[in-house]
Amino acid sequence: MIKQNKNIRYFGIMALLLIIVGVFQSWNVSLSILNLCLISAIMALGVNMQWGYAGLFNVGIMGFAALGGLAAVLIAQPAVQPAWQAAGTGLWLGLGIFIATVIVATVLYRKLPKSLFRMALVTFVSILGYILLRIYFDPVTHAIEKVEPAKTGYLGGLGLPVLLAWPVGGALAGAVAWVIGKITLGLRSDYLAIATLGISEIIVAVLKHEDWMSRGVKNVVGLPRPVPYETNLQASEWFQTLAASLGADVVGFSSIFVKLCYAGLFAVVLILFLYLSEKALKSPWGRMMRAIRDNEVSANAMGKNVTARHLQVFVLGSVVIGVAGAMLTTLDGQLTPSSYQPLRFTFLIWVMVIVGGSGNNMGAVLGGFIIWFFWIEAEPMGLWLMNLITSGMDTDSDLRAHLIDSAAHMRLITMGMILLLALRFRPRGLLPER
Amino acid sequence: MTDILNAFILLSNFVLIPAIAYGSQLALGALGITLIYGILRFSNFAHGDTMAFGTMFVILFTWWFQSMGINLGPLPTALLALPFGIACCIGFVLITDRTVYKFYRKQKAAPVIYVIASVGVMFVMNGLVRFVIGPNDQRFADGERFIIKAREFKQMTGLSEGMSIKVSQGLTLVTAVLVVIALFWFLNKTRTGKSMRAYSDNEDLALLSGIDPDKVVRVTWILAAVLATIAGTLYGLDKSFKPFTYFQLLLPMFAAAIVGGLGSPVGAIAGGFVIAFSEIMITYPYKKFIAYIGPDGWTPNGLMQLLATDYKFAVSFIILLVVLLFKPTGLFAGKSV
Repeated sequence: MIKQNKNIRYFGIMALLLIIVGVFQSWNVSLSILNLCLISAIMALGVNMQWGYAGLFNVGIMGFAALGGLAAVLIAQPAVQPAWQAAGTGLWLGLGIFIATVIVATVLYRKLPKSLFRMALVTFVSILGYILLRIYFDPVTHAIEKVEPAKTGYLGGLGLPVLLAWPVGGALAGAVAWVIGKITLGLRSDYLAIATLGISEIIVAVLKHEDWMSRGVKNVVGLPRPVPYETNLQASEWFQTLAASLGADVVGFSSIFVKLCYAGLFAVVLILFLYLSEKALKSPWGRMMRAIRDNEVSANAMGKNVTARHLQVFVLGSVVIGVAGAMLTTLDGQLTPSSYQPLRFTFLIWVMVIVGGSGNNMGAVLGGFIIWFFWIEAEPMGLWLMNLITSGMDTDSDLRAHLIDSAAHMRLITMGMILLLALRFRPRGLLPER
Repeated sequence: MTDILNAFILLSNFVLIPAIAYGSQLALGALGITLIYGILRFSNFAHGDTMAFGTMFVILFTWWFQSMGINLGPLPTALLALPFGIACCIGFVLITDRTVYKFYRKQKAAPVIYVIASVGVMFVMNGLVRFVIGPNDQRFADGERFIIKAREFKQMTGLSEGMSIKVSQGLTLVTAVLVVIALFWFLNKTRTGKSMRAYSDNEDLALLSGIDPDKVVRVTWILAAVLATIAGTLYGLDKSFKPFTYFQLLLPMFAAAIVGGLGSPVGAIAGGFVIAFSEIMITYPYKKFIAYIGPDGWTPNGLMQLLATDYKFAVSFIILLVVLLFKPTGLFAGKSV
């Protein structure tokens, strides 16, 4: 009962903060923050599964979120027909070579006894496959990238509804997580951290440089939306009457309405994941996961396959992160690979989970809300603080200009301090695990 | 014959020399990681930013010396600033140990908690560096630029390919060799070094025989800070200083430490060179090289580059995965699980 009150109190404060922003800044700002809070909360839920349930340290959240973003492009963007024609059969040939290489290498690895010969053979097959892929596939990518590079220059997507990209993004992230987990889980816990750090850098590098797939740093803009467009709303009659009956102006209300639609969609996903995670955590499976986390040796002695369970929960958590990544790209309406920064996408989410309460789903959600709110509001606050500190200085002093320019970097220091302080003094977070 | 010589010079100029310099820098960085791992038993994610932090002080002191007109003639002024930078870095690292890590040591926390704490430290250091010196590129190399210039080399040998050796590259190799000799002398010959190795091998036994754990930990941090600042300064002199690049160096350095075997200093050096050579050899376009050694008048169409330079981090990552798959203890059998 007391726990329930605590939940209500914290979330009440959060709602109040958003309302204050709505009243004093604008409802538009408040709703933008809310939308990203919801997405952050979902990402934090995913990380909480890995860290809170199983004690796995994933430093590659950025990569899994970026895969979700890629899914949004591949699923929802209309196909670029000339590019497909330019690619011709080469595309399928390339895909065939890739799949064949993977299959042959795996079969060889599985079937042959462990020896130096096997290692050499598997390496040889992989390198041969790679060289063949480059020979056959490079001309294809050049051809694709030459198709109106200023406007397209990539294959586009399948032209399906963008909502479908959410589960697909999750699946992509889960598949990559499976490979990484398969290799590193069961070894030292640090190895997973290092491997996820590496894979996330590589995924983002691929998005930046494989123009034929993701348009690279030229960005994919104008992704289809799951909600109506403002201009369409403003033109439709029912919306005008609705706005009139509320006494709001049509243009302003249309953008708020769109944001509300997004918030509704995100809230549905969040509640679904939250419900499922709570169910899972309270089931025998959840108890087993926590038992493994708290004492791997004894869980192992009880006949639980620790590595397999770790792999399972690692993939599940990554799926959730992938879905959230796809949602984020959907909200932005564009894929900008250069916006994927480890700070924003990996470490911020970690601060959310640690501050909110690892092991507690409500805690992770709360952390997502609070930290995102302060992340956004810290910039005006930091600038205000810097102005205050430097107000005594000469207006054209270099130091003052430098300090005000550097105020943005205060965010990094603040987030680091919050992480360290929470880990030190409140390791169980605002809403501790029950 | 001249074709083969030309091909060899070409490869030395673009692969061998840069890889030796880069490998030495990585090796120094990986040594710091491996020492921390051996003694404190966690992967220090803040190491890249420790490098940036130390280098930042070196740069600030360099600028100060330059403004006073102090320089080292043909050698970069940064060399003079290095001890001051190291001192600042040691100070900060010891403060972080006191305020952050000591608490978890007392608690005997799980390694993963240390790793998370090191991520927090990384944030703070990264923020401080950006706050003080900004997120942009800084160049602070001065003095002579080349030991051998490509043009002089061509005139000297009469070959059509030139070979140049930058002062920063020569300096890197000399410094790295001296530092490594000093470090191994320290670890193998001095009392403190021996107690560090004993502590790394078996903590309980070392404590029983009266080794002061606080001193061991302190010396480890000092060594890590010294190595990080030197590695960072050499890298900055050779290429340029940018905080984000130093963060990204974390992956190749971890890969180097793991390839060699975490906790093994010799392994870290070997690993550094393995990673550096693979990275540069795999991302080097071999077009001209093949034109030299291939049949006369024939040049390949493509760049003959195995992997685009944009993916150089993928190289260290793949090596890392292969090592984890086949030999998780690394080449020199460090600690694995």
